[in-house]
Amino acid sequence: MTGFDELRLDGVRRRFGARDALAGLSLTIRRGEFIALLGPSGCGKSTALNCLAGLLPLSEGSIWQDGARLDTLPPEKRGFGMVFQSYALFPHLSVRKNIAFGLQMRRLPRDEVRRRTEEAISLVRLEEHAKKLPGQLSGGQQQRVAIARAVVLEPSLVLMDEPLSNLDAKLRLEMRTEIRRLHQTLGLTTVYVTHDQEEALSLADRLVVLRDGRVEQIGTPEDLHERPANRHVADFMGYRNLLPMKVKAVHGPVVAVEGSGLTLEGTPVGQVSPGDDVVAGIRPEDLHQGGDGVPVTVEVVEYQGRELAVEARTPSGVAVHLRAATRPAPGDQITVTAAPSRVLVFPA
Amino acid sequence: MTRVALRHRLAERGVDRQLWLLVPGLACVLALFVYPFAYGIGLSFQPAEGGVLGAYRTFFADAYQRDTIATTLGLSLPAAILNVAASVPIAYRMRGRFRGKRLLTTILVVPITLGTVLTAEGLLNYLGPAGWFNRTLMALHVIDEPVRLTNNYWGVFFSLVITGFPFAFLLILSYLSGIDPTLERAAATLGAGRRQRFQRITLPLLAPGLATTFCLTFVLAFSVFPSAVLVGDPAGTTRVISIAAYHAAYEVYDYPLGSAIAVVMGVVELLVVAVVLGLRSLLYTGSTGGKG
Amino acid sequence: MTLVSEKPTSAPARRRLVASPGSWLIWGAVAFFLVNLAGLIAAVVVNSFGSRWFDTWLPSGWTTEWYATAWTEFGLLNVMVVTLEVALLVVGISVLVGVPASYVLARRSFPGRRLVYLLFLLPILMPPITYGIPLATVLYKYGFAGHLTGVVLANLVPSIPFVILTMTPFIEQIDPAIERAARMCGAKTWQIFLRILAPLLVPGILAASILVLVRTVGMFELTFLAAGPDSQTLVVALYYSMSAAGIRAQQSVDAMAVLYTSSMLVLLVTALRFVNPTQLVARVKEDPD
Ligand SMILES: Nc1ncnc2c1ncn2[C@@H]1O[C@H](COP(=O)(O)OP(=O)(O)OP(=O)(O)O)[C@@H](O)[C@H]1O
Ligand SMILES: [Mg+2]
Repeated sequence: MTGFDELRLDGVRRRFGARDALAGLSLTIRRGEFIALLGPSGCGKSTALNCLAGLLPLSEGSIWQDGARLDTLPPEKRGFGMVFQSYALFPHLSVRKNIAFGLQMRRLPRDEVRRRTEEAISLVRLEEHAKKLPGQLSGGQQQRVAIARAVVLEPSLVLMDEPLSNLDAKLRLEMRTEIRRLHQTLGLTTVYVTHDQEEALSLADRLVVLRDGRVEQIGTPEDLHERPANRHVADFMGYRNLLPMKVKAVHGPVVAVEGSGLTLEGTPVGQVSPGDDVVAGIRPEDLHQGGDGVPVTVEVVEYQGRELAVEARTPSGVAVHLRAATRPAPGDQITVTAAPSRVLVFPA
Repeated sequence: MTRVALRHRLAERGVDRQLWLLVPGLACVLALFVYPFAYGIGLSFQPAEGGVLGAYRTFFADAYQRDTIATTLGLSLPAAILNVAASVPIAYRMRGRFRGKRLLTTILVVPITLGTVLTAEGLLNYLGPAGWFNRTLMALHVIDEPVRLTNNYWGVFFSLVITGFPFAFLLILSYLSGIDPTLERAAATLGAGRRQRFQRITLPLLAPGLATTFCLTFVLAFSVFPSAVLVGDPAGTTRVISIAAYHAAYEVYDYPLGSAIAVVMGVVELLVVAVVLGLRSLLYTGSTGGKG
Repeated sequence: MTLVSEKPTSAPARRRLVASPGSWLIWGAVAFFLVNLAGLIAAVVVNSFGSRWFDTWLPSGWTTEWYATAWTEFGLLNVMVVTLEVALLVVGISVLVGVPASYVLARRSFPGRRLVYLLFLLPILMPPITYGIPLATVLYKYGFAGHLTGVVLANLVPSIPFVILTMTPFIEQIDPAIERAARMCGAKTWQIFLRILAPLLVPGILAASILVLVRTVGMFELTFLAAGPDSQTLVVALYYSMSAAGIRAQQSVDAMAVLYTSSMLVLLVTALRFVNPTQLVARVKEDPD
């Protein structure tokens, strides 16, 4: 493998007309890393990936591979592999020929092409389907062909653009494990685009959260999960309760906030002082029923297997989401509490 | 470095080496269409006498020449309208699958293969005074003596319908097939009858296609030349503008006048097309906005 | 509500059995059109086989000699060869030139794209006579007219745009990610064209070629204006023989017309084996707005 030690994106920017689809992405990818680009639809994830692949020219910035400039090279000279959301299998070529295509483009000896193709086919366990055309495969099988086609070239970097979004829930979980397994056994470096935070958290070594073409936060899954840098990242990381409040008092590492019909204590993220407008972020699973908490009225109860998801309303009419172990009835008055360390207070 | 940078700026705007693929096509159109056309326009402003606009003045001053515009429009507009208007209900009934659809479509499309000359020969034979059509009508005592249907306006008109209808029909059938049939079913569940479904759902969706079809059919009919000579009355009632242009250029060898007539012909034709396309955009916004 | 739920199942079945007055009227009109069309074609065919036909229902005798006469008198072999040469050259060149251009138009956005599209649309929107006359003049000026070259060049004017307008939507419906995938596999532009796009484009190219072939064989005006005595195609030869009526027997003109139509019919039926007639022209509809 011709790999690199380090791939550096330096202020990569891409405009469409007057609009920035990607506004200054700086990131260093180390060999062997699994990086996930995460963000809501239209935030510029695919744009970033295509810029990296060379499929889109940059508007500004540069990409460096161990000190050599990369962004002036055409895609076919970069030696990266890519898995597309729609798979983009060549419909007129059999599975085997699809996988062999890239090797043939490199004009490798026939024996080597055959050997490596067969290896890749067995790697993704498609031996029985090697003669079929893509149209005769199931979604998951097509997905595996797409992955095999990308990794058979032993690319120094594998790019994946929402590769699992077309699969059903069960297959998605299976393929997720499969991708991580391939990443490890082949020692790949991977950049993976998704809008599914759970997928990103479980797969990646590091996450890049994008919003409106800007980087909101870069960090490990634990960083993002426990310490989102701002309310937008928090929103994306499952902090479903984002309540507008006001700071009442600051006691060292704990602030007292009130508003939305609630009074809470929480941990500030960034600078806050009494009287500030803030947003309190709480995950549903950190908002507990019972104790001498705040009274709310139950509105909707959803069964979710091990627990119940409850939507309730505070006296001032703001909706809050929590988990419950026992089933309350709609209309019940209950009280809720949250540990101060689990309530993040963001400047509004 | 600056060359690389420039190439990059251009690539960002979508200009790169792939655009070379356009060049052969563009070169052909420029050399074989734009250049001759410009040359023709230039020629039309250089008549032997009468100054810059002399050729145009000659054309418009002479009623015999000028009237060819009206004659051509009088033939091509009704023919194009009839072709489109007849195609819509027929194509509407032929949407969806049924047995024999392909055969029927093929039969309706056969006239495309006839070509002007066979159509003309056929019209002369079939509709002529001793032809089967008149014979049948006389045998049925509908008429007492043969009606004259060739070597006049009607001969050319029929020829335009025979060659133009299949074309309009095919286009409209394909436009109609492109309209999602679930839309009409949705309208049916909302209580719209057959007629309302056609008027309020299908027709507005078809309108742009209708306009395009009309334009293409009109261009075909407007270019009428061989049939106007063969089954028409090329010196009188069916002296269409292309005959005038051909006559000026290749029988009188007055190239400036021939070019001028060709230019007039193009302008008139584009005017009609522009009006139709303008109407189409009116119609389209009108129907969506009106209902909202 | 019950009415609503049974509608989708009952409607298609009913449509074929019971017809409204409007339907009768329309099918009647279609039948009338077809009967007259059949009469028209039959009149020509019968005449081409008839020995003498004057003011009777059918000719007084039957013969095939008109075909022999037409074949020798009009030099039909030569005309057929010319027609075939012109048609094949036009198809070949317009596909070679048109397909790459439609690829760019389908896949790329660049400044001036709409202008380019309009430029390709114009030759189809204009009556052939309007540009045919100046084009013939220019061709004469450069010595191309009167030969095969001139005829081919003139016929390229509507054919290239026609290929472009049919192929552009066809290419648009192929997932662009496929070419990107090929590029990521290391393929260069020409390799993508040859190994990925060409096989996928075959049906579209075939359809466009057949349509161009039919159009070229049937194109009268441009060939008429650009051809010389030994570069006439079948339509033009037919026109001359017919407008010189009186000199030639009408029956041998008819024989020639029947030959022309039969060859066109063979072409069309072949075409319809490859192309679904309902989609035949659908692809022309694309215009950039
Ligand atoms: N070719 C283009 N022309 C104009 N704007 C574009 C183009 N491609 C993308 N954009 C815009 O750039 C922004 C980012 O697009 P991008 O495809 O990167 O989003 P994304 O994060 O991949 O979204 P999704 O999750 O829906 O795939 C969007 O607002 C989009 O509208
Ligand atoms: Mg995307």
